[in-house]
Amino acid sequence: MQPFTLARPASLEEATRLAAAGAMPLAGGTELLNWMRLGIAAPARLADISRLPGLDAIAPLPDGGLSLGALARLNDVAAHPAVRAGYPVLRQAIHKAASAQLRNLATIGGNLLQKTRCAYFRAEESLPCNRRAPGSGCAALHGLNERHAIFGWTEACVATQPSDPAVALAALDAVVVVAGPAGARRIPLGDLHLLPDAAGAAADTALRAGEIIVAIELPGPAPRSAYLKIRERESYEYALVSAAGALVLDGRTIRRARLALGSVAMKPWRLPAAEAALAGLSLDDTAALRAALEPAFAEARPLSHNGYKVPLARNAALRVIGMIAEGHAP
Amino acid sequence: MNEGLGSPMPRRDGRIKVTGAARFAADVKLPGLLHAALVTAPIARGRLVALDPAPALAVPGVARVLTAADMPRFAAVTTPPMATAVQPMQDDVIRFEGQPVAIVLAATPEAAEAGAARVAARYAADAPLLFSGERAEVPSRESFYVFEEPDLARGDVPAGLAAAAHRVAARYHQPPRHHNPMENSATLAVWEDGRLTLHTAAQWTYGVRYGLAGALGLAPERIRVLAAHTGGGFGAKGYTWPHQLLAAVAAQVTGRPVRLAYTRAQMYTMTGYQPEVAQEVTLGADAAGRLTAVRHASVSNTSLTDDYIEFAHAGSAGMYATPALQLSARMARTSLNIPMAMRAPHEGPGMFALESAMDEMAHALGMDPLDLRLANHADADPSDGRPWSSKKLREAYGEGAALFGWRERPRQAARDGHWILGTGMASCIMTVFRFPASARITLRADGQVVLEAGTQDIGTGTLTIFPQIAAGELGIPIERVTLRHGDTDLPETGGTFGSSSTACVGAAVQDAARKLRARLDGIAALQPASLGAPAEAPEALLRRAGLADLSAEGRYEFGRPFDAAGHAGSHAMRTFGAVFVEVAVDPELGLMRLRRAVGSYSVGRIVNPRTARSQMIGGITWGWGMAAMEASVVDPALGRFLSKNLSGVAIPVNADIPADIRIHFVDEVDPHAGPLGAKGIGEIGAVGVAAAVANAVFHATGRRIRDLPILPEGLLGAGAG
Repeated sequence: MQPFTLARPASLEEATRLAAAGAMPLAGGTELLNWMRLGIAAPARLADISRLPGLDAIAPLPDGGLSLGALARLNDVAAHPAVRAGYPVLRQAIHKAASAQLRNLATIGGNLLQKTRCAYFRAEESLPCNRRAPGSGCAALHGLNERHAIFGWTEACVATQPSDPAVALAALDAVVVVAGPAGARRIPLGDLHLLPDAAGAAADTALRAGEIIVAIELPGPAPRSAYLKIRERESYEYALVSAAGALVLDGRTIRRARLALGSVAMKPWRLPAAEAALAGLSLDDTAALRAALEPAFAEARPLSHNGYKVPLARNAALRVIGMIAEGHAP
Repeated sequence: MNEGLGSPMPRRDGRIKVTGAARFAADVKLPGLLHAALVTAPIARGRLVALDPAPALAVPGVARVLTAADMPRFAAVTTPPMATAVQPMQDDVIRFEGQPVAIVLAATPEAAEAGAARVAARYAADAPLLFSGERAEVPSRESFYVFEEPDLARGDVPAGLAAAAHRVAARYHQPPRHHNPMENSATLAVWEDGRLTLHTAAQWTYGVRYGLAGALGLAPERIRVLAAHTGGGFGAKGYTWPHQLLAAVAAQVTGRPVRLAYTRAQMYTMTGYQPEVAQEVTLGADAAGRLTAVRHASVSNTSLTDDYIEFAHAGSAGMYATPALQLSARMARTSLNIPMAMRAPHEGPGMFALESAMDEMAHALGMDPLDLRLANHADADPSDGRPWSSKKLREAYGEGAALFGWRERPRQAARDGHWILGTGMASCIMTVFRFPASARITLRADGQVVLEAGTQDIGTGTLTIFPQIAAGELGIPIERVTLRHGDTDLPETGGTFGSSSTACVGAAVQDAARKLRARLDGIAALQPASLGAPAEAPEALLRRAGLADLSAEGRYEFGRPFDAAGHAGSHAMRTFGAVFVEVAVDPELGLMRLRRAVGSYSVGRIVNPRTARSQMIGGITWGWGMAAMEASVVDPALGRFLSKNLSGVAIPVNADIPADIRIHFVDEVDPHAGPLGAKGIGEIGAVGVAAAVANAVFHATGRRIRDLPILPEGLLGAGAG
């Protein structure tokens, strides 16, 4: 780790000004400090935003939605009565993320800005990785890519986005509110993370220089929703594949479906065509549900070692619908 | 007095371990301490062409950068006690990724780390050498790692197979797996008046002394090695590694105390790992299931410079009665760092193959897998016909099966929602390793007893068991016994590895205590108490005799030549057991979870049932990791372990381990293995588990998995239709 200076901005405005001047915002610290230890980032200055007042509030919105302050700790979000009652998919996704200790420190805003868990990117020294060292190539493209993308990759980068809450928030059509030197703006969660481009692939998100996430806004409740995380061990592990689902039901009939997959692309992967095809289907007609999902996976492009992720992701999407149908969520 | 052999004494070190009061090697501080950070080669093979320390020296706080030019020339040493025959920083050849090429010394760990990142090194890289069974070679008997014959043949295997009614032939494979102890290895070295003192993470204090004495050309008595507590070993800290050698030299060159603590990434390249093992097992059996032939061949990877080999057939040499046995172990060189013994070496990988093949044979015969094992029970050592020192495996099978409900299990896989439930079992066997040991016991006139032995605390329970044995022998409460350990100034013992400490150091403790009692009896005979007086406490006798204290030294020895594995004795010594598991498989999602397990063991006398039970649960957990997730994958282009951290290498967490793990020990005393009647138990718990799990997966789904670990990719769609 390289020496750095630590600033403690007193206001959001000061924080964005510092960030625009190159300081990296520090909130829970559970991810940024890893980057610094590994040499993924070597900021000369950190701006500690963790004590900025008011940014950890969880409050109802006038339209019936819910605002999550960016500095709200993951476990506090999951434990909030409004999340518990209205957004089980988010609560479950948080409880499947990291460990209890990390969730007590990590913030919901910072969680969305996690970088990929690609082992080449996360190595203790710089290996061929365009995302870490632009122009150095992608060792995973023809290397060990069992855990890598099946959607939206380029030859420059085949990594995936690892956040569990992001997948739930994508299925919920959440909006990320950011503050920056040029003022505030709203970014739909589906537009926050960037797929790799053909060359550099270095930018993770649509955030501009100096912009800081201040809140995540959820539309109205999605009480029939659930999150499924698949991994070889039971806890404290990133997903091989995850699936978030939110349904609006009329009896046993799906009126509206929203589905997002995790760990299959560099962003949470919504399935709009499948969502449309699911509308009007019965929860009890498994064959029809499967058929509605199938076309989305025909578009998958597996790598040399991750072909299994295609059927796994399809089965996960189908299962999460089943979890909602069986009342795994209230 | 219920505090001796067989009493379930709670751990005496429990409180200091969970409160953080226990001090480990990297916790030791000395004035003037320099912190060392290693610069390591990023290539698997080749040459160090140039190295410029100047940018590191510019970092504030950096005092010195040591390169190969600053190193003394190390003498040739045996392996073990040195882990590797070729020591680092002696030339410009790179033999594995992660090899140290420079040491940065600084006033703070942060400055040393920043300096190490700035050392400018250039390399000429050659292509890495990857594992290939095609390049298998016979190991050199010069290496002490080659403690078994690479080939063993008895009877006529081709004839046995030709005569068999049923044959099974299959290949099995497992990837490298690392030890991943909680504590990263660390050493603090300091020289005073030509004497070297090390505080270090070690499973064998005396081994570190001998290793460094050899490499540095010093008399062993001039080296003191201290290891108060070692934060998990599993084989990673058994021998002498670069952190010990390089810390010692850096302290010598600078004239200051030096602390060298590995990073987690360095644990993956400078403490060994269980190698990649490819195996082929061929079994023949008659119509009644009696084996007619067993053939077991294995190849494991080793480094470019050392002949470490995994004797995967070690279990097959002793497990089943068969008229024909053909076993071979080979090694294949790779440009990886040296592998190393890891809980459970040899039998651990090997029994995955043998016990999977036995399950395949049971299926071919239409026979209960337990009945197949019983039908082939070896009443004598199948490799040489010697009688067993003790063996109650039949009881272990029967009592374990009853605890599990094996005979009542559903013959068809059961369903629980999306989960399919399967049951599987496997036999367990482990070599009994023994090392000489000594101990001293001192009774003071105030009634306190001090027990002294150089042995180590690696978390296995030795801090409880040795005082327990002493207290039991002397007939005093354990609270009055203090153990001094982890120091080469104390009586010599062997390493805490090979499941040997309780039986061997414990025997020396027992001997010391009995000698002390004999001396007390001698004093009492010379100075008899008045007739009719109540029984006299030993410390009262000391006071009456005017003695401040009384000591005795005890030993555990056995015949020369040194024969740790007991090949030369009149009796064959092994530990045995059986493990039964129930696993749940969700084939749509590729998931597999452990529901419950029973481990039932025939391992001689149990000294402390509480710590013994913990050891076995730990072993089964270790085996579950082997079965379900552990793999240190090697990138073929880079020739390095891809992930060198615990977020990229999965090992089991608490949530993976069900509460329903039952441990059973058959009532047994081994009259030949040693005076305690005990044998080692540290490793056998990990044996057989992966096979039992794979066998349960087969029972659940009909899919036979022969490549470990059993991952979602391999389970997806299993049992469909």
